Amino acid sequence: MTTDVTTPRQRPHAPDWFWYVGVIAAAVLWWLVYRQLIPFSEWVTALFPVARDSHLGEAIAFFAYDVPKVLMLLTGIVFVTGVLRSWFSPEKTRAILAGRNEIWGYPLAAILGVLTPFCSCSSVPLFIGFVSAGIPLGVTFSFLIAGPMVGPVGLGLLYALVGWKIASIYLVFGFSIATVAGIIMGRMGLERHLQDWVRELNAGPTGDLPEDRLTMVGRLKIGLEQVREIVGKVWIWVLIGIAIGAGIHGYVPEALMLRIMGGEAWWSVPAAVVVGVPMYTNAAGVIPIVEALLGKGAALGTTLAFMMSVIALSLPEMIILKQVLTLRLIAIFIAVVSAGILATGFLFNFLL
Amino acid sequence: MKTVKIYGPGCKRCEATEAMVREAGEKLGIELDVEKVTDARSIAMAGVMSTPGISVDGKLVHAGGLPDEASLTNWLSA
Repeated sequence: MTTDVTTPRQRPHAPDWFWYVGVIAAAVLWWLVYRQLIPFSEWVTALFPVARDSHLGEAIAFFAYDVPKVLMLLTGIVFVTGVLRSWFSPEKTRAILAGRNEIWGYPLAAILGVLTPFCSCSSVPLFIGFVSAGIPLGVTFSFLIAGPMVGPVGLGLLYALVGWKIASIYLVFGFSIATVAGIIMGRMGLERHLQDWVRELNAGPTGDLPEDRLTMVGRLKIGLEQVREIVGKVWIWVLIGIAIGAGIHGYVPEALMLRIMGGEAWWSVPAAVVVGVPMYTNAAGVIPIVEALLGKGAALGTTLAFMMSVIALSLPEMIILKQVLTLRLIAIFIAVVSAGILATGFLFNFLL
Repeated sequence: MKTVKIYGPGCKRCEATEAMVREAGEKLGIELDVEKVTDARSIAMAGVMSTPGISVDGKLVHAGGLPDEASLTNWLSA
């Protein structure tokens, strides 16, 4: 090979210090802008020829405040998460989980489900990779449920928009559902309900990749890449979610909300799950709705149930999983997770 | 002539990876036979768990995320 590998490329390389300074400067700028969001939203709302305390005025103020706030939070959380997750990979996670039949394999899988970077588009190869390496099916489910259910974007936004108490409750219960649902499904011996070809599959070559030696700058680049990809993909869902939230905030009377989603109406919890499962959005899109619902007096249990079922169970994900799971196994999966969500919802409506 | 396989269900990043591989091949003056593997089963059989994955002449060199340009040059010219 005569090619000179060291030929400088057209795109100039930024030196390392540029990245460090850039990240710090961006963080400072982010903080300064973030603190100005309330005056900014009031200023935007004042531009419209409507009374501030009218229905429309309230809705506009909600929208003008939440759009920049959620997008900024989303950018920050995705960047930090992207950098942190660069220390983890599905391959490493598989090596940690392989052969763990003990009970604490489940919570461990749930923790790794949150830390391991994977997108739903590769959940099928990931599922097969796990199962064929001898990771018990139940442990694999704990991993797959925890990933979306207690993702950092959802938790971070919940913390910033609704408060730390509810964010902590959500964390504990989301995590418990992932763990317990995995344990239950592990006990059920569901291996026979995998699609035939998955059961017959012998583990492919385990793909011993050379260990990636990432530099710190490389990790920062991964974070930035994640921001570009994820924010570029979900911003439309965020706008839709905030628009719905703004509508609820401005127009839905509290009395009506109390009747439909109040703690008195026991049927509101199952109804929230039934409405939530087919809804397809993501954490960033649903939390502005949750914020508005809670603000109008919706019961916490009902709202948590709604949020969990929207985030953790989604139709497109089921269609992807259909390639490896039989319909029966998918039905069991939905039933077990829904039962956990229902239990959480009822528990909080009765306690509070 | 090298055979490069790109494993991925057809997401944006998989297409970006393919473009990067082709570009790197041209730049290095290496003739490449680039094949995209999009079937979930074949991806898993190759031992790829995070996409996009890349193999060169049957050897898996990368999985998960966009490849680094410098590494790509190394894999192709090895």
